[in-house]
Amino acid sequence: MSFMPVVLWTDRLIFALLAAVLELVWFIRRHPHLRAPWAAVARRPMAMGAALVLAVFVVIGLLDSLHYRERLPDSPPGQPQYSVEVLSAFDALVGPLRTRQEKTYSAPLAMQLYAKEFIERDGATVRDYPRLKYGGAHLKRADAREPDIVRRILVGLAQGLAVGLLLFGLLAAWQTRHRHMVFGTWLTAWATGHLGWPGRTIALTVALMLMLGMVTFHLAAGYHVFGTDKVGQDVLYISLKSIRTGLVIGTLTTLVTLPLAIVLGIAAGYFRGWVDDVIQYVYTVLNSIPGVLLIAAAVLIVQVAIEAHPDLFDTAAARADIRLLALCLIMGVTSWTSLARLLRGESLKLRTLDYVEAARAFGVSHARIISRHIFPNVFHLVLIAIVLDFSGLVLAEAVLSYVGVGVDPTMYSWGNMINGARLELAREPVVWWQLGAAFAFMFTLVLAANLFADGVRDAFDPRLEGRR
Amino acid sequence: MFAYILRRLLYAIPILIGVNLLTFALFFVVNTPDDMARLQLGAKHVTPDAIERWKVEHGYDKPLLLDSKATGSAQFTDTIFFRHSAAMFAFQFGKGDDGRDIANEIRTRMWPSLAIALPVFVIGLLVNITFALLMVFFRTTYLDLWGVVLCVVLMSVSGLFYIIAGQYFIAKLWDLLPISGYAGGINGFKFVLLPVLVSVAAGLGSGARWYRTIFLEEIGKDYVRTARAKGLGEVRVLFRHVLKNGMIPILTGAVVVLPLLFMGSLITESFFGIPGLGSYTIDAIQAQDFAVVRAMVFLGSFLYIVGLILTDISYSWVDPRVRLQ
Repeated sequence: MSFMPVVLWTDRLIFALLAAVLELVWFIRRHPHLRAPWAAVARRPMAMGAALVLAVFVVIGLLDSLHYRERLPDSPPGQPQYSVEVLSAFDALVGPLRTRQEKTYSAPLAMQLYAKEFIERDGATVRDYPRLKYGGAHLKRADAREPDIVRRILVGLAQGLAVGLLLFGLLAAWQTRHRHMVFGTWLTAWATGHLGWPGRTIALTVALMLMLGMVTFHLAAGYHVFGTDKVGQDVLYISLKSIRTGLVIGTLTTLVTLPLAIVLGIAAGYFRGWVDDVIQYVYTVLNSIPGVLLIAAAVLIVQVAIEAHPDLFDTAAARADIRLLALCLIMGVTSWTSLARLLRGESLKLRTLDYVEAARAFGVSHARIISRHIFPNVFHLVLIAIVLDFSGLVLAEAVLSYVGVGVDPTMYSWGNMINGARLELAREPVVWWQLGAAFAFMFTLVLAANLFADGVRDAFDPRLEGRR
Repeated sequence: MFAYILRRLLYAIPILIGVNLLTFALFFVVNTPDDMARLQLGAKHVTPDAIERWKVEHGYDKPLLLDSKATGSAQFTDTIFFRHSAAMFAFQFGKGDDGRDIANEIRTRMWPSLAIALPVFVIGLLVNITFALLMVFFRTTYLDLWGVVLCVVLMSVSGLFYIIAGQYFIAKLWDLLPISGYAGGINGFKFVLLPVLVSVAAGLGSGARWYRTIFLEEIGKDYVRTARAKGLGEVRVLFRHVLKNGMIPILTGAVVVLPLLFMGSLITESFFGIPGLGSYTIDAIQAQDFAVVRAMVFLGSFLYIVGLILTDISYSWVDPRVRLQ
């Protein structure tokens, strides 16, 4: 084999989570009363547009979670040796984006380096901006750059639009057959928004993303779209690689939170008495400690533990991965309290309802009452908390990395990008692209998550009816 | 009332003990003083002697909980737990790695923190309420919809972006205010302005959106319909009735953070070079100064519990229907 698959801890959890989500989707599909609120989410244009954007991020994140190590070319056939660098399916897909490394900073779409150097020209040594090794290397003269960029953008737009129209045609063909409609009628229904699902928003979002993707693809083939960073790595590549880190923190942290919050919150509300007292005491104590400080303390401890056992990790990626997982665990342990309090309040109310009393009168066990009567009725709160927490966690990663207790410094993350680029704003001319790219990617993900979360909350929380 | 407050104060003690035990466990049991010494000294200088010296310097050379060699009460008092954890109840925080008294640092550094945090709190509250009321006033129009969308957009921007953009555009490019720094007294005004502005902007999205839901909840109630029925104009309804009643959850929700204003904000203070408690904490985390981190954990928990008690009291104060028992 020319490569060796590597399964990191977070990969395992991500795919376990994916399996759980698919299982849940399958379960929901079979139950009409569970399907109804999701159908309501699917009717909201904003939520569906956001969901499509999120889906793109998730696909990139999943591709980036299939890790492997390449076989060293000069290793003997009998005893294969593998590179210490852990790559992913995403790396293999984008190929040259990863390997085309310049010397140092270069501006977005530039063909020259950011810093002047002594270069040989016509036999004499002059101090000038040297040409980049890869960015704009296909150009002969500097004034050919702008027309070339414009041409690539136009080609990208046209191709994106063409693919979009093709997809739209396929959709229309399928829909007209499926609904037994004439194309004209269907198009009118689509244009006026009478399809029963937000066709216009979905078409617009897909078209925009296709065009953006195509333009980026064509530009990235010849240039560094977002420039390069201090060591000359493509900033677009780093930003895309950071997606996985953001998603891992946003999802795995909640995964840790959920069991704690659900078990303790429902137990406190259902059993009351001393159980309630103890659980309330625990979460007041945890809540009263400033979150950042608790995370900082725990991360310092994890750091000491990792440094004490270097033999446990065969690659730097495995080390960074354990630290990422530890960060998720720690953030989960510090953030379960608010959901637990919510669930406690709701269980307190539910336990007095007639059907719960009736179940108790019939002698149904506590475990069964909780799993059949209490939990299904608080599940919407859990779901709302999952989607609402996600964006906050993605933003928190950047702040924690700035404080120095975030993910491993060698890991690709938006927090590390911001942290590394922050001081470069003082340079002249300003190195803004690293910050700009990190903030733009983070903003897109968080905005999409927020809009989607709003849709989910509106659909699931009956109390919000009429005042969104 | 008095008995209630007393009971709440007594209830606060076990929570503080819990915080204290937890920090003790985190900082001394899971992470032994030997580990701390190794981390502090760096990989090159780790020898048993150096570790021992570091522990003596910092007073970590004693047994954790019980000194079996000592006699009498010294068995308990001459331990790390008594010297470094239990002493915090008397606000004896000891010295940081730079040799300065932590309690003293806290006393001087809390004022710059407050100089930023208090204006942020007051102005932020006013701006958020104004923005929320405007959205509620135009609630049937597109202005409200776009207002909410604007709030979501503002919420989705990283807090670091507000600070970096504010520093870059306002301070560096347009040269309106100093990038960072701090001065006491009236000269400090120009240093305070930018951090306050940036922090208010950063909190606007989530704050205004939250207050909007509170006001909308009020506006659906019966007394508002009565007020309209007797012929009050929309503006009067909004300001006399909705605002007044909506302020109850807003103010009581804000009380809990009041004491924490002393702690300042980690990120803002460190970016703007404010010599407050926030930058003190962040420096301590980055330098791995465990004594300071421990002290700040205790102080933060203490202030949070004070905030909780104040919240309970303010509930009964603004809303006579809430009885304290």
